[in-house]
Amino acid sequence: MQPSGFDSRQNYFQLFGLAQSYRIDIARLEQDYRMLQTRIHPDKFAHLSDTEQRIAMQHATWVNEAYQTLHDPLRRARYLLTLHGVDTQEETNTAMPLDFLTAQMEWREAVVEAQQGRDIVALEKLEARMRHATREFEADLAIKLDTEKNFDAATALVRKLRFMEKLAEEIHSAYDAIES
Amino acid sequence: MALIQISEPGMSTAPHQHRLAVGIDLGTTNSLVATIRNGISVVLNDENGRAILPSVVRYNADGSTVVGELAQATQSHDPVNTIISVKRFMGRGIKDIGEISRLPYRFVDTDGMVQLRTVAGIKSPVEVSAEILSVLRVRAEATLGGELVGAVITVPAYFDDAQRQATKDAARLAGLSVLRLLNEPTAAALAYGLDNAAQGVYAVYDLGGGTFDISILRLSRGVFEVLSTNGDSALGGDDFDQRIHCWLLEKNNLSALAPQDTRLLLTQARAAKEQLTEHSETRITAVLSSGEVIDNVLTQTEFQHMSQNLVQRTLQPLRRALRDAGLGITDINGVVMVGGATRMPQVQHMVGEFFGQTPLTNLDPDKVVALGAAIQANLLAGNRSGDDWLLLDVIPLSLGIETMGGLAEKIIPRNSTIPTARAQEFTTYKDGQTAMSIHVVQGERELVSDCRSLANFELRGIPPMVAGAARIRVAFQVDADGLLSVTARETGSGIQAAIEVKPSYGLTDKEIARMLQESGQYAQDDMQARALREQQTEAAQLLEMVQRALEQDRELLNEGEFARIQTQMIALRETLQLTDHLAIKRAIVALNEATVGLAQARMDKSLMRALAGKKISELEVK
Repeated sequence: MQPSGFDSRQNYFQLFGLAQSYRIDIARLEQDYRMLQTRIHPDKFAHLSDTEQRIAMQHATWVNEAYQTLHDPLRRARYLLTLHGVDTQEETNTAMPLDFLTAQMEWREAVVEAQQGRDIVALEKLEARMRHATREFEADLAIKLDTEKNFDAATALVRKLRFMEKLAEEIHSAYDAIES
Repeated sequence: MALIQISEPGMSTAPHQHRLAVGIDLGTTNSLVATIRNGISVVLNDENGRAILPSVVRYNADGSTVVGELAQATQSHDPVNTIISVKRFMGRGIKDIGEISRLPYRFVDTDGMVQLRTVAGIKSPVEVSAEILSVLRVRAEATLGGELVGAVITVPAYFDDAQRQATKDAARLAGLSVLRLLNEPTAAALAYGLDNAAQGVYAVYDLGGGTFDISILRLSRGVFEVLSTNGDSALGGDDFDQRIHCWLLEKNNLSALAPQDTRLLLTQARAAKEQLTEHSETRITAVLSSGEVIDNVLTQTEFQHMSQNLVQRTLQPLRRALRDAGLGITDINGVVMVGGATRMPQVQHMVGEFFGQTPLTNLDPDKVVALGAAIQANLLAGNRSGDDWLLLDVIPLSLGIETMGGLAEKIIPRNSTIPTARAQEFTTYKDGQTAMSIHVVQGERELVSDCRSLANFELRGIPPMVAGAARIRVAFQVDADGLLSVTARETGSGIQAAIEVKPSYGLTDKEIARMLQESGQYAQDDMQARALREQQTEAAQLLEMVQRALEQDRELLNEGEFARIQTQMIALRETLQLTDHLAIKRAIVALNEATVGLAQARMDKSLMRALAGKKISELEVK
């Protein structure tokens, strides 16, 4: 959903005046995002005509999309790869290393077990371990993308992080199930 | 058109002219209206000095209505025709309403939104809500001495699309122009934050008469950014009354009461609940229609015990909201309490214990939502507010579509900052297929049957191709009101497919038009005169704005564009000599169309300036 005009020629990094890399200053991104919205949000044009409001809404929508993409490490990596012409094929290519898949199965079994035993403490421990593992993949991704420019290896890591994201969703549903 | 504001955001087009705008808290139990006076947000009172309008509408056989205090006072006389807590029925189907057997109304069994059979005919919850809004509009216009430019109406943050749309329809029916639907906790945060110059992460715990919301916000240099929201749109103070009511039935071995007795005991239950806020016990007395006398003493401890699981039910949304925001309890700098039901000591105690800090109650929990809405209304109406601030809100529930096997596929996840948009591509599965239907749902569950059905979209006019060749791009756009619109286009041929929308619970434009006519709110002549006045005002404003835009940005246009705008301006000035409001309207539309290019160029210029401004601020930081 990109509005017409000059901005559609810019990518999300350019919009925020950031270098096109995986490592970014999140605090500055957050600050710049808020500053940008205070100037272009439709609320600033609410008393003007429908045309201006519609354009303002498109601008704000686009800035929101850009911000959310850059703010989330997985989405940021995927977007960077797209800019380099690489399709991450997360839905179609499911070939993963055996040790990774085995580990994933063990994670999932542990989540189910914690949920069945209504064991919040076990779930919290799992979540902490999962976060740690995710951060390690992300650190590796930064090296592959920014330092080595090894996009094949980066793509493999993005696919692994997609598994981790799904795992995080399962942990959240397990919390919900235990608490309800 | 015209962007005088752009160079100086928040600057009014006509600084001397204060545009009348209000904030309305359309509550389950009580409603209020507020406005900005001399720079301060104030609640407007009725002629008897009362700020609170009970959200109660009584229908009479002659079609007249009684709204508010009087309707509430006589509710047990005519419970079938006295509608209370109508907000619980907004955008809801009959099977969504659990306590139906305990309510004294005559529900009409239809698909879509529930309807009530009254002595004055069948009424939709939208019409009942419009009665309440009308009273507040009339109160505001009488107090402020003029017609309103518009209103900000608050809704529970956890309201889904159907409930929001129903609220907007009710405002339209009440003759109000809706500047914005604003989430109640966000409105409260605005009033609270500006009042206290707060910074940091805040939780707003909003337990109203019939709804519960929790919102987590980050307040930073005037930006109120909602990080996550959660809630239960069918949990509130009413449920606590019900618990006392059930306790009374049990204590007195009562069953199957007459509607007026049910209403009487519920009224007494509510009074008892309020008493127990200040006292450790209260006495409940009532005389039933059978002559039986009710006389019981309820202690604070007993009340806490019977309502314990209601208070507990708010905990899960709290935990979910924190998880979605990626925050822990220790990250919360303050907890703001909103809604009359948060006066109950057991609620304050539980919230205090959960967050490990004493909740903030320094603004009146009944009024804070309306006060915040008025601040937003003032800004949206174009009155200069002096301070620069912005609300960034989210959608509470994921939006998706039905896919194979009755599964819901999420298109826009919950807690996405609005406005937001996502597009998805679909294809045909049969050779020569020219139509396709899309079922839009809202909710977090995997099965469509567990989500809220919002609408069915029927796409027609897809060019015939072999199966799988057509590329249909369906775009979801959620605006700043949190309302969804859907468009579809076949991307290969560029043909815009025709969309027919069947809202699952909402009203069609035709139904709204019929209700407007039936409401008899304006005589035909009044409507004509009002329409003419509105169009004249709009035309004058538009001409002035275009003139100024041309003075500032003539260079953005080529000769052809400039001439076209000039021609349409002359045409519009000519229609102003006449009294045909439709002709003026047509000329306004034509001038607006002629200025689209100019508007776009000016908006782009403003965005570039915003970006350039950012670069400067970066330099300053370094």
